[in-house]
Amino acid sequence: MVASREKKELTLGHKLSRDYKLNKWKYVLILPVLVYLALFAYKPMYGLVIVFKNYKTTRGIAGSDYVGFMWFRAFFNDPYFFRLLRNTFTLSALSIIFGFPAPILLALMINEVQNTKFKRMVQTITYMPYFISLVVTCSIITIYCQQDGLFSNIAVLFGGERQNFLINVNAFRPIYVISGIWQNIGWNSIIYLAALSGIDMEQYEAARIDGANRFQQILHVTIPGILPTIMVLFVLRMGSILNVGYEKVLLLYTTSTYEVADVFSTYTYRMGLVNQQYSLSTSVGLFNTLVNVMFLVLTNYLSKKTTESGLF
Amino acid sequence: MIKEKPNNKLIGRTAGDAVFDSVNTFILLLLCVVTLYPMYFVTCASFTKNTYLLTHQGSLFWPVGFNVGAYRLAFTHPLLLSGYKNILIVLAVSLPINIVLTLFCGYFLACKNVLLKKPILFIIMFTMFFSGGMIPAYLNIRDLGLYNTLWALILPGAVSVYNSIICRTAIEAVPDSLSESAYIDGANDLVIVFRIILPLIMPTIAVLLLYYGVGHWNAWFNASIYLKDNDKLPIQNILRAVLIANSNTLNSAATENDQVNEFAESIKYAAIVLTTVPVLCIYPFLQKYFVKGVMIGAVKG
Repeated sequence: MVASREKKELTLGHKLSRDYKLNKWKYVLILPVLVYLALFAYKPMYGLVIVFKNYKTTRGIAGSDYVGFMWFRAFFNDPYFFRLLRNTFTLSALSIIFGFPAPILLALMINEVQNTKFKRMVQTITYMPYFISLVVTCSIITIYCQQDGLFSNIAVLFGGERQNFLINVNAFRPIYVISGIWQNIGWNSIIYLAALSGIDMEQYEAARIDGANRFQQILHVTIPGILPTIMVLFVLRMGSILNVGYEKVLLLYTTSTYEVADVFSTYTYRMGLVNQQYSLSTSVGLFNTLVNVMFLVLTNYLSKKTTESGLF
Repeated sequence: MIKEKPNNKLIGRTAGDAVFDSVNTFILLLLCVVTLYPMYFVTCASFTKNTYLLTHQGSLFWPVGFNVGAYRLAFTHPLLLSGYKNILIVLAVSLPINIVLTLFCGYFLACKNVLLKKPILFIIMFTMFFSGGMIPAYLNIRDLGLYNTLWALILPGAVSVYNSIICRTAIEAVPDSLSESAYIDGANDLVIVFRIILPLIMPTIAVLLLYYGVGHWNAWFNASIYLKDNDKLPIQNILRAVLIANSNTLNSAATENDQVNEFAESIKYAAIVLTTVPVLCIYPFLQKYFVKGVMIGAVKG
């Protein structure tokens, strides 16, 4: 707490010992967190060296032989590589194209409601699916997708046929994207509602006096008002382009939909944990992580240039 | 949290406004129905007679042949019971660890004039953007001897950096003068955290409990790769085995029990209700607090 004025005259050793005296307890408090990170975040990072090794469970990470870039070469030459890349990008891109504007639209609609009670009710209800577990969500999807399920009923209504939608290659992507919107639309609208509450009310009055109708008010007052928020969130979302929600894919895909549903993470899971090809699957996972980090750094850079706000 | 817009009526509501409002309300109501209906359907099905569910096609709008047999069975089912027991153990052990570590981490992040803060901050933040990934994490759990123990569900998520940032923001809002006067009275940081900071940020702690609690309650992936024995699996994994993998775990575990077959279909729905309803009963009460949390998270990344 005491600011040292003679900082420049002190050696590093002095500074450290003074800092230790003053802040000893703060270091004690952060120590368990650092131990946790060392064991469960940094130790697995060291484990990444197995992408350059032929990892054998019996010989351990340190004892396995170096094989250079063999696993990466194997992976890039794998006939599945392009399928995985295509599926990962497609699922992610569709989630952004349809999933990103949805909560903005919801926030705009909630913002137009004048009855406070109705407004609060809509908010509480739309937040709900965010708290329902993925297992339950996917269970309900599975039940609805069965041959005698709700989706078949709807299909029949529109002249279609009863079928199991989960083994239909064309149905997987819509199911994935729409259920994602269902689960997150309310939760993701919170931030936009917060931004909307910051818009100056006088602007609406001015717009009304100028004869703007409700659509024109939304177009010329509301949307420009939350545009900075939209931009920042869009850039952040772009930064996780390869972060497909693989847990949901794992719960919903079947061997007959691998063609469109298999992504890097699920391939990592099958190769690593089912087939126990640890080195190969780790290199797939690392590739995925590195592409993500690249996108994050790139979009952060663009964000800083255009909106002057970024992560780091 | 949302400021009221000045009522349009005062300035003169046009016919266009009326149309706009009714269309808007209609769409929002429709969205509410679409959001609520799946859970309503599951609840109805859980009270419906099994024989009806087996022959029925499509949807339900009310329970048919109302009975609570599925629930009575669910409460005596060995795998469901062990699933609930395991998740309750995980919650009871995890939540205190989560909260204490998040509090410590948030307190350190909020500290000023600490010489090594920058390098430590970097060590903490770096883990938000880069990680070893699925396989190295799995091998790590095995190397640490945690494989097939409930510790494998508790320790890997002991503290979340994201939640620590939320905690830091709450701590920064506490006036410095409070902790300074405690220093003068001879208190150390440990005492300050628990006696001064903690009571003042209780709303944030409640939200953190919700985040961590829901996170543990809804998690299934780690348990599916770190646990081997069926009787160690938490409830979500039992549900997954029964509902999605469509295995007969739930039935075969008690084949001697004739009752099971009688409710084989409706017990699935009862299990969903029992797993989901506790969470859905809690979050509305914390709504105004977690709204704040989301905003902090979005602003500070």
